[in-house]
Amino acid sequence: MNDVTQPSRRQLLTLIGRMGGAAAMYQAMTALGHAAETQFTGPPVLSGAKPGASVVVLGAGLAGMVAAYELEKAGYSVKILEFQDRPGGRNYSLRGGDSFTESDGTVQKVTFAPGNYVNPGPWRIPHHHKCLLHYCRQFGVALEPFIQLNHNGFIHSSDAFGGKPMRYREVAVDFKGHTSELLAKALGAGALDQSVTAEDKEKLLEALRNWGLLDANMAYTSSVHVSSQRGYDRPPGGGINGAPTPSQIAKLSDVFSPQVWTAMSFYFNYVMQTTMFQPVGGMDMIGKAFAKHVGKSITYNAKVTKVAQNGKGVTVSYQDVPSGKVNTVSADWCVCTIPLSIIRQVEMQVGPKLAAAMKAVPYAGHIKMGLEFKRRFWEEDDAIYGGHSFTDQAIGQLSYPNDRFFSNGPAVLLGAFTSGAGAFQLAGMTPAERIEAALKQGEVFHPQYRKEYLSGVSVPWTRVPWILGCTSRWSEENRAAHYQNLVALDGRVVLAGEHASYYGGWMEGSMLSGLDAIAQIHKRASAA
Amino acid sequence: MRRGLLLLPPLAMLALPFIASAQDMPGSMQAKNNTAEGGKIFKEICAACHLPDARGTGAIPALAKDANLADPAYPIGVLAKGKGAMPPMDDILTPAQMAAVITYVRTNFGNAYPQPVTEADVKRLGKP
Ligand SMILES: Cc1cc2nc3c(=O)[nH]c(=O)nc-3n(C[C@H](O)[C@H](O)[C@H](O)COP(=O)(O)OP(=O)(O)OC[C@H]3O[C@@H](n4cnc5c(N)ncnc54)[C@H](O)[C@@H]3O)c2cc1C
Repeated sequence: MNDVTQPSRRQLLTLIGRMGGAAAMYQAMTALGHAAETQFTGPPVLSGAKPGASVVVLGAGLAGMVAAYELEKAGYSVKILEFQDRPGGRNYSLRGGDSFTESDGTVQKVTFAPGNYVNPGPWRIPHHHKCLLHYCRQFGVALEPFIQLNHNGFIHSSDAFGGKPMRYREVAVDFKGHTSELLAKALGAGALDQSVTAEDKEKLLEALRNWGLLDANMAYTSSVHVSSQRGYDRPPGGGINGAPTPSQIAKLSDVFSPQVWTAMSFYFNYVMQTTMFQPVGGMDMIGKAFAKHVGKSITYNAKVTKVAQNGKGVTVSYQDVPSGKVNTVSADWCVCTIPLSIIRQVEMQVGPKLAAAMKAVPYAGHIKMGLEFKRRFWEEDDAIYGGHSFTDQAIGQLSYPNDRFFSNGPAVLLGAFTSGAGAFQLAGMTPAERIEAALKQGEVFHPQYRKEYLSGVSVPWTRVPWILGCTSRWSEENRAAHYQNLVALDGRVVLAGEHASYYGGWMEGSMLSGLDAIAQIHKRASAA
Repeated sequence: MRRGLLLLPPLAMLALPFIASAQDMPGSMQAKNNTAEGGKIFKEICAACHLPDARGTGAIPALAKDANLADPAYPIGVLAKGKGAMPPMDDILTPAQMAAVITYVRTNFGNAYPQPVTEADVKRLGKP
């Protein structure tokens, strides 16, 4: 091969990048099968840091720690101030022996058996979150599959199927079947002749027959054929009674319950598609891995109260939480990753545009609950291995553990994961009332609940003292008015965190924003 | 987005998860909270953040003895449009429910603004 006429893919991309700018480059990379998933193309290369240049990072979540890690690698001198007594921020796990104090002072003690845990915040990682996966690989964080789509999980709606939980498999196949029959009828009656050619009509009818499992009359009816997707009353076996008997399809009006298509369309979300991962042993393995590298730069129990800046540098005041003593740290630059939901507690000396942006972003309020049971009855009795069951009750959903399948002894399932009205309702209760509600509502799926229950913990994010919310909730109007102002370097201070990204509510967004923040600082510092 | 939804029957407008945003979210659709009584709505929605006695916490303001409540336009605007970290409540509460809970808070927790807030007030003052 002559490499003058055949440029390597990399050479080609460099060329396109030079000629057409970043947008053309990005498009070209997508066409060549690169990029698309995330904007991450590798850790930043920050060469030529000025000797002695310093940065103070506020918050030891993933945004703060990835920024600190790459800055130190580039030769900056870094200090991190963290309000809590641990690294990771929202990236954390609760285990037996831990306790959780709510903003009103209520304390919950976790009594799970050794090895059991709940991830109150982040819990699943899409396969395309390449930045996060890059650091997991680099730091040796072991990952295992997060079972996302489980066809054997349940769907429950109070006003459909007589209030009885159905398997996801059954309702999804029925939804597909009934809609196919209706569309086939409309086509047959000529109702769509204005919209499809005769040839496409034939193709579509053929598709509907096969896709919807329709019978010879183009109707969706109970049969062994349909049961090969939705499951049987008596499954296929061996010998004398080997022949299967079909299950009965559900009524059309039940199948059109919003709970059915909500679940089906949920799994189509780009961020919810398989394959997904979780760290072995708890989500906080990621935060801990970062802390192994930047931990010596972190001051814990340091509550930042003020960020002042002038042309020369930044001075941050913080309170040592146990003693109440106020200290200051000075540096050339500052990366602030404190969540916007509580930033008004910090006196920030920044320009009016950034100040307005910091006030503009609302936060969602999710709640999660971990319930420990004596045994894995969902596996042993119901053949559910990981994945979810969905309900229209306040608890929102159950999610089953994705690790240590078939093991004996106590196991923890996620007994609630909900936002909106359901989350507020549960958050407003005492911890004991929340557990009672979770047991009562979860019993709809698993009558074994009461008998097998051991203990539980609830984490309502609106009452987590160091954030008072869950994740940022940008609207299109807010994006247009404030996003660029929020993420731009303001003098010597730059914000980072999931709120400073278009991947809000994901660890990937926190980290991409942390990397962008330090790229901005490095550029300005190198220009000075 | 919201305008498009108006074409659907009311059922579909309610309790949608935040489909527009990409954040990690539950995969279920919640039943509508039909509570009509102001005190109950306060307990089931507002107390999550403002606490059952409305004293607030940290960056979340108290609603007890709150002079901002004197003019109904203020609480209506906050509920309908959100403010700071507080999200808009229009996807959770109907105008009638907002009116009921505002009336409740304006006459409890050391607040004494007896004039009731009506559904019509909310519709008029809570417009985007
Ligand atoms: C319920 C829930 C589910 C989620 N699910 C997923 C998921 O499945 N997958 C996924 O990728 N992401 C998920 N996320 C999002 C993910 O957790 C966040 O995007 C990410 O962890 C945020 O990192 P951060 O560094 O931006 O902020 P944080 O981790 O919040 O870090 C901010 C830090 O600042 C500290 N701080 C606060 N105030 C002060 C102060 N005054 N002085 C000093 N320090 C202070 C805090 O203690 C904290 O450590 C979920 C989040 C929640 C809440």
